[in-house]
Amino acid sequence: MASILLVEDLTKRYKNVLAVDNISFEIEEGLCFGLLGPNGAGKTTTVEMMEGILKPSSGRTFFQGKPIGSHFYERVGIQFQSTALQDFITVEETLKLFSALYEIKRDMAEIVEICNLQDILKRDNRKLSGGQRQRLLLGLALVNDPVVVFLDEPTTGLDPQARRNFWALVEKIKGEGKTILLTTHYMEEAEILCEEVAIMDQGRIIARDAPKKLLSENFDGIFVRLPWSENLELPESLGENVSRGKDYIEIHSRDVDDTLHHLIHNGMHLDGLSIHSPNLEDLFLKLTGSSLRS
Amino acid sequence: MQRFLALVHARNMEFVRDRGNLLWNLLFPIFLVFGFSFAFSGGENELFRVGIYGDQGSRLSFLEEPYVKTVNYEKLSLALNKVSHHQIDMVINFETNEYFINESSTNGSVAERIFLASEESTDFEHRFLSGKPIRYVDWFVPGAIGANMMFSCIFGAGWIIVRYRRNGVLKRLKATPVHAFEFVAAQLASRLSLVLFVSAIVYAGTNLFLKFVMEGSYLNLLLITILAIVCMISLGLVFASRIKSEELAGGLMNIVIWPMMAFSGVFFSLEGAPVALQKASRIFPLTHYIEAGRAIMLDGARLADISTNLIALVGMSALFLLMSSLFFRWE
Repeated sequence: MASILLVEDLTKRYKNVLAVDNISFEIEEGLCFGLLGPNGAGKTTTVEMMEGILKPSSGRTFFQGKPIGSHFYERVGIQFQSTALQDFITVEETLKLFSALYEIKRDMAEIVEICNLQDILKRDNRKLSGGQRQRLLLGLALVNDPVVVFLDEPTTGLDPQARRNFWALVEKIKGEGKTILLTTHYMEEAEILCEEVAIMDQGRIIARDAPKKLLSENFDGIFVRLPWSENLELPESLGENVSRGKDYIEIHSRDVDDTLHHLIHNGMHLDGLSIHSPNLEDLFLKLTGSSLRS
Repeated sequence: MQRFLALVHARNMEFVRDRGNLLWNLLFPIFLVFGFSFAFSGGENELFRVGIYGDQGSRLSFLEEPYVKTVNYEKLSLALNKVSHHQIDMVINFETNEYFINESSTNGSVAERIFLASEESTDFEHRFLSGKPIRYVDWFVPGAIGANMMFSCIFGAGWIIVRYRRNGVLKRLKATPVHAFEFVAAQLASRLSLVLFVSAIVYAGTNLFLKFVMEGSYLNLLLITILAIVCMISLGLVFASRIKSEELAGGLMNIVIWPMMAFSGVFFSLEGAPVALQKASRIFPLTHYIEAGRAIMLDGARLADISTNLIALVGMSALFLLMSSLFFRWE
């Protein structure tokens, strides 16, 4: 597939801080591309330079093969990490206002349906809950039927239910073949929604590929986790396969049966034991040596 | 055009539905007009105000009396107009050795008697003028409406944009095809229509009870009002062009607003003020609006008579709009 967005040697420097350090990548048309990383990794700075909101210190962004120009905003939809809306106007009026700003318009009824806005159309923007507000902001990003949708941490601050509802909306948009650039620090979100991810840390991209491919390349087993206690004595034979979390220890195992047998054989209690497959958070930990949410 | 109209409509809805703000915008000038009308309606001013035209030569002892305040006029017609409207009590023309009083003015009659008691008075011939008295409220109403317009324009347009910038509304609009000029023009048009509407309501509402003197054309008054509103919104936009802090914007706006309130002749005439202050007050749009508004309402001035004020307001509007468009930043 052809790349719809191309980032070339993008750098952003604020006085003594290098927020984005010479990154390059491209996004294929029709994919959901995830830009992942902890707070302060440079995700929002990167995406805002790609959106033309921030001026890069150096480097360029290409949209459909051309540097972004005046027509760019007619063809893309943007949802910022935090956006205020005008007070005292309703959801319906806000949608109409934004629709009037574009030459290309998508049918309002479709947007209302996609974003589940039917029940709140007459509601004042000030009275929206977090989830309703994010649905409206997504609707605003779709009023011009964009070919690329930028979603900057759209589920931050939402409760788990609202987050999952929002994922369902994103899946609907993906179903329409639109390209999505999603920034998030929720690894689960990226694993569920994104076909390709780039992991950022300290302004650089440290890994980039399909989530499953990244995991299979970096891990060849699963994790057995046990609650930490003062009396816990692990067999020395486990050696370097053990790592310590805040309130647990984790054993990297290539054969679960063998690991469990080994633990039982050494007289260990397995209360609270859990087993999980490696995920992007584990990958980040492995690549950077620090936790994503730290 | 569609974008422009949509932005105007959204801003108008935001203003009209903010009931507290709307009520304040309507009630503040009404309170101001009625309050000052009441405060200055009882009793006559203790001072006699005497207009002077021409070189006095030796100073008249009458004019040295502590209860006499003199005002120098460069145009005799202006001074006579003031006597006709009971705004001053007497005019002494030293060029022709005449003095003028309004035959229906009690104050003028008393001032004449005091003047005639002095020996120098025998050198002067008396002349009578006639004309309806101008109450303080007639004189005050352009100032009250102008002051309200100033607050509503500078804070309403400027402060709102600063708030939009701070909370991200502007950033969101930047991520659309809207140009900065379209946005600024829409804010100007929205505020113009709202302030004009509110000013018309305030004028009509208070006029029902107070029956203001209106010697001139309502169309001319409308024209000068529109120009003044555009000028003051443009001034607000200069502040709003790139400031991100509401506190800083509010502080800077107050630096302009309060001198205008004090030195544009809203409450009291600057005729007796030092010449330097009178000249300095010409840099304020509010001064030009109030001066032209009073000239139209009280003296029946035509456009040619207020051309200086019109040119000043147009020039200042162009300058402020140019500055705000050059300095404007979405973020």
